Amino acid sequence: MSEVPRSPAPRILVVDDDEALAEMLHIVLGSEGFDARLCHDGAAALDAFREYRPDLVLLDLMLPGRDGVDVCRDIRAESGVPVVMLTAKSDTIDVVDGLAAGADDYVPKPFKTQELIARIKTRLRRHVTPDADVDNLRIGDLVIRVNEHTVRRGDSEITLTPLEFDLLLALARRPRQAFTREVLLEEVWGYRHASDTRLVNVHVQRLRSKIEKDPERPEIIVTVRGVGYRAGEPKSA
Amino acid sequence: MKGLSRIDPFRLWQRSLPFRVVLTTLSAAIVILVATGWFLMDQSSRGIIAGKTQASVAEASAVVANMQATLSATDLRTTSVSEQISRLAREAASRGQVGNQYFVVVETPISQIGTAGLAAESIPDNIRALVGKDDGLWSTPTMIRFTDQRADEPGLVVATTLDAPGQAPYPVFFLFSTNQEQETLAVVQQATLATGVFLLAGLTATVYLIALQVLRPVRAARLAAENLAAGHLEDRMAVVGTEDLSGLARSMNHMAEELDKKITQLQNLSLVQQRFVSDVSHELRTPLTTIRMAAEVLHAHRSSFDAASSRSSELLSAELDRFEDLLTELLEISRFDAGAAELSIDDVDLTALARDEVSALQRLAEDAGIVMTLDATDDCVAEVDVRRIRRILRNLITNAIEHGERRPITVYVRGDDEAVAIAVRDHGVGMTAAESGLVFDRFWRADPSRGRRVGGTGLGLSISLEDARLHGGWLNAWGRPGLGAQFRLTVPRRAGEQLRGSPWPVIPPDLKEFIGVRR
Repeated sequence: MSEVPRSPAPRILVVDDDEALAEMLHIVLGSEGFDARLCHDGAAALDAFREYRPDLVLLDLMLPGRDGVDVCRDIRAESGVPVVMLTAKSDTIDVVDGLAAGADDYVPKPFKTQELIARIKTRLRRHVTPDADVDNLRIGDLVIRVNEHTVRRGDSEITLTPLEFDLLLALARRPRQAFTREVLLEEVWGYRHASDTRLVNVHVQRLRSKIEKDPERPEIIVTVRGVGYRAGEPKSA
Repeated sequence: MKGLSRIDPFRLWQRSLPFRVVLTTLSAAIVILVATGWFLMDQSSRGIIAGKTQASVAEASAVVANMQATLSATDLRTTSVSEQISRLAREAASRGQVGNQYFVVVETPISQIGTAGLAAESIPDNIRALVGKDDGLWSTPTMIRFTDQRADEPGLVVATTLDAPGQAPYPVFFLFSTNQEQETLAVVQQATLATGVFLLAGLTATVYLIALQVLRPVRAARLAAENLAAGHLEDRMAVVGTEDLSGLARSMNHMAEELDKKITQLQNLSLVQQRFVSDVSHELRTPLTTIRMAAEVLHAHRSSFDAASSRSSELLSAELDRFEDLLTELLEISRFDAGAAELSIDDVDLTALARDEVSALQRLAEDAGIVMTLDATDDCVAEVDVRRIRRILRNLITNAIEHGERRPITVYVRGDDEAVAIAVRDHGVGMTAAESGLVFDRFWRADPSRGRRVGGTGLGLSISLEDARLHGGWLNAWGRPGLGAQFRLTVPRRAGEQLRGSPWPVIPPDLKEFIGVRR
């Protein structure tokens, strides 16, 4: 709370049809030093996103006009901006749908202000610290340039969202270690205590579909049965 | 042993309807056949013997009349009576020998004259006595015996007297062999027996076939009912056969239709319920979120309020926590009730999970003055829904802390080939055996007057039980007043497998000795 975000204030687009909640979010975000804009309609969300160019989107899943999952997909189609879902139905398929559509994280209603702010800050903060010893990391046949935030296979660059980049980097930094989902949740999502491992599962699937040659038989992010995931052996491309 | 018990007639009687029907019919048939057979034999032997007697008496009286006539016409001056008698007796005997019809014995005071080789005991004493007393003809059955090598024959004695002038009447006995008749009777008997055996065999087969025929639709109905039970509600029986059998099929089909309808109705209701739960969830949670955030804003500024407003904002926040917990658990329960709860299965190291939870709740335990330790073995990986197992464990541990009475708590994790068990053992107030059956009831409280430290909603253990069941697992509670309590969760290693046992006992092993002594 006391930590003042870098100026200019990070911009947060709140897409929620419940006006009372949206206004309350506006008050709270404002008092936490964020610049927030409200959008009450799913259909108008993408235009608001393009116009406002937020640093993060808070997105309700159930929206009039256009479904939150579709809005999420629209945003992902043109940007890797962090999307945090607000959902009243945390254990239904909706959450998985939202994550699969590209949402980085979700906060189940009713949430505490602290919890929401913590999630937002985690997503806004870049996990990549430039003081990493090595700039170039190899994972499978991919090359990660940490400072450039790029992932290449040979000459072609693969576009990843910041979250996906962080996830890949976390695995690549300790190549032979098997990560439990809980550890990944802590390292990439910033959860102190283990939470919903579906976050990890869905994002690993999304990441695989971008970087694996055959997502059905992954070579870069390998499943370790009973544990979690680990990086595949580095290969020369 | 198995083979023996399989053909145990008592078992068969209890189990097999055809066997019962056949056996009953057979018993009844045997009684009826024996009775009719006996009646038939009795009647035919009476008839045959009566006929023989009649014929024999007629024959004998004719011969005697003839003899009497000759004897009466005898000129006593030329022939002596005894001479004449012996001549007549020989004549009669030789006539009787033609066709082996009868034997004759005439008893004179000095000797027996008649057919040679006949033993005197062939004539029963009772008829001998009768003949001496009165006139007329008597007959009685006897066994004809011979002094020579011939075999005994069944026979009939016809006795009468021969009056000789001036002398006492001479008893005359005619012995008719009834060999022929006995043989006829034997043949009749054999025929009767054979008929009986054939009848029984035929009856058994027929009754068995009828039983099978009657049973076939019953068996079909049973199969149909089993299919229904297995959930194939669209299966129907073929409506064929007589009125009764087709009626059975029709009833079964009707029942299946009604079941189908009812179940569809219930399924629809359940869908409505699920949707309702989901809607309530969404509708309540959004305003609750707003209220909660507003309360937090107020709470954060409470120092600038007056005392009443400040305390009010504190109460608002605290009660919102309770309200939220209660709402969450109510929704969870109604989700279970609606059958809408689903497992999200992962390979989970339960030892690691227990370690996490124990360390996460260590603070709470320390605040309650309780030492909490973990006693776990490695390799306790099972396919479970980590969120639910964590929730169960958290519930059990907070529960143990709440009732722990500042005494140590141990969390055990054990695994075998098929299952993993997590047990939370406290040494607190404990509970009675009856209470241990009630702890999983909704809103049940051991002692309503007891203050709540951790502030459970009263639904925690109910939800834990449902969570355990969803895994195909067990959640058992054990407790005794003053000896503490143990809650044990057992889940199968592989999701969907049936549990057969638990790697950890329900009764805490540290108490076994004590319980043993008490018994």
